[in-house]
Amino acid sequence: MSGLEFMGYRRKDGSVGVRNHLLVVSAVSCANHVARRIAEQVKNAVSITHPYGCGHIGEDFLRVWGTLSGLGANPNVAGVLVVGLGCENVTASLIAGEIAKTGKPVEWINIQDEGGSLKAVQRGCELLVEMAGDALDVEREPCGLNELVLGTECGGSDATSGLASNPAVGVVADIVVDAGGTVILPESSEWIGAEHILASRAVNSEVAKKCYDAVEYYVKRAMELGIDFRGAQPTPGNIAGGITTIEEKSLGTICKAGSRPVQDVLGYGEKPKGKGLYLMNEPGLDIESITGLAAAGCQVIIFTTGRGTPAGSPVSPVVKVTANKETFNKMRCDIDVDVSSIIEGEETIEDAGRRILNEVLMVASGKPTKSELIGNMEVAILRAAKYMF
Amino acid sequence: MVKFVVMSEKDNVATAVSEIRSGTKVNVRIGGRELEVEIKNDIPFGHKFALRDIDVGGNVVKYGEVIGVATKPIKAGEHVHVHNVVSSFVWKAMKEAGER
Repeated sequence: MSGLEFMGYRRKDGSVGVRNHLLVVSAVSCANHVARRIAEQVKNAVSITHPYGCGHIGEDFLRVWGTLSGLGANPNVAGVLVVGLGCENVTASLIAGEIAKTGKPVEWINIQDEGGSLKAVQRGCELLVEMAGDALDVEREPCGLNELVLGTECGGSDATSGLASNPAVGVVADIVVDAGGTVILPESSEWIGAEHILASRAVNSEVAKKCYDAVEYYVKRAMELGIDFRGAQPTPGNIAGGITTIEEKSLGTICKAGSRPVQDVLGYGEKPKGKGLYLMNEPGLDIESITGLAAAGCQVIIFTTGRGTPAGSPVSPVVKVTANKETFNKMRCDIDVDVSSIIEGEETIEDAGRRILNEVLMVASGKPTKSELIGNMEVAILRAAKYMF
Repeated sequence: MVKFVVMSEKDNVATAVSEIRSGTKVNVRIGGRELEVEIKNDIPFGHKFALRDIDVGGNVVKYGEVIGVATKPIKAGEHVHVHNVVSSFVWKAMKEAGER
């Protein structure tokens, strides 16, 4: 295995997974308990539970259906059981039908049809064990960076984020894209002031317009609430800290996706159609973001933080990176990579980036992340109709 | 120890990650070349200094991208901040107002 390869699981549809999960997807909050109980009893099973599934209409319905289906379709998942109640509108059969298009084994049950929670748990376990025999009988094999879809995210940021951890992750992003792989940058609400820079990297004028439109949406929404995003940036605190312009502030977050051409602007949880750098139009709330990235097919997510976060996903390992030494020491159980050496003047951004890439490759080859060791597996879905219900 | 970071080899500013005193001479390796810069103001943590002279109207480049425009001539080693740089949006608006 050369330096820039990882050991992954090759799937029937040609994609590559870095985990071999059996995923128990709850279709609706009413089925969460049963989904959790089933996952607790079968090897390699993880559950996806959430407060959604009922009462969705229009775009919001498509958003919840698409996200839950996307999580099941992620190449880190070997097989899926969807558990519904039976009267929800994002049904177990709809989700299972979408995931089945990948060719992986998928089953679904409804608690009402099975005769109650306990019988549903038993039936679910039987189906999952049946599926597990074949689904788990796969070996890891060498895979190239061109088969990696890497998500980037930041949260709990501080001054070290824009100075060190984000630019170091940018080094990783450029290496992955140059090797023919894919990188996704979410958090469009944080592109404000630097949208012209992203647009100038767009592969065509249509994609450039999408960069401007994504930012304009948040600026307008804020204006409706009486807040002038552009006028209030950078804040007096930012200026005291050394940030001179809004472009500089936004680049401090955008730089974690590197500097390569922008292929397209995806919707929340949307799978990229090709390789290279993609943007995802969504507001950048940590757990919603990593769920959206996992639903879009990211096998690994790099998460930079200054103040520290325990964030993790049930589907895609989240590699957490900080350049704040104090945070790393205080939250060692949550943070995977310490790049405070950049701030200490002991390591270049380039070298720290290569160290992060090495950790990503080890995680992609099976090394558990801190959030996996601890069992932090949260899911939150960006709602499309926040004020409907 | 004098500590600073240069984000991209295209940059014409560096960012201090420790306070750097006026008069300090720093060696910057950028794009495979060594550059000696004498710091001309005290630079606090997180603040920027120029790696090269920047003319009025010249681009200030960090992260390999234009983060603003110089409103005063900036010499290598000088503090680069809100007193001598504005956002490209502000610069454009200033130019338009001046032309009217």
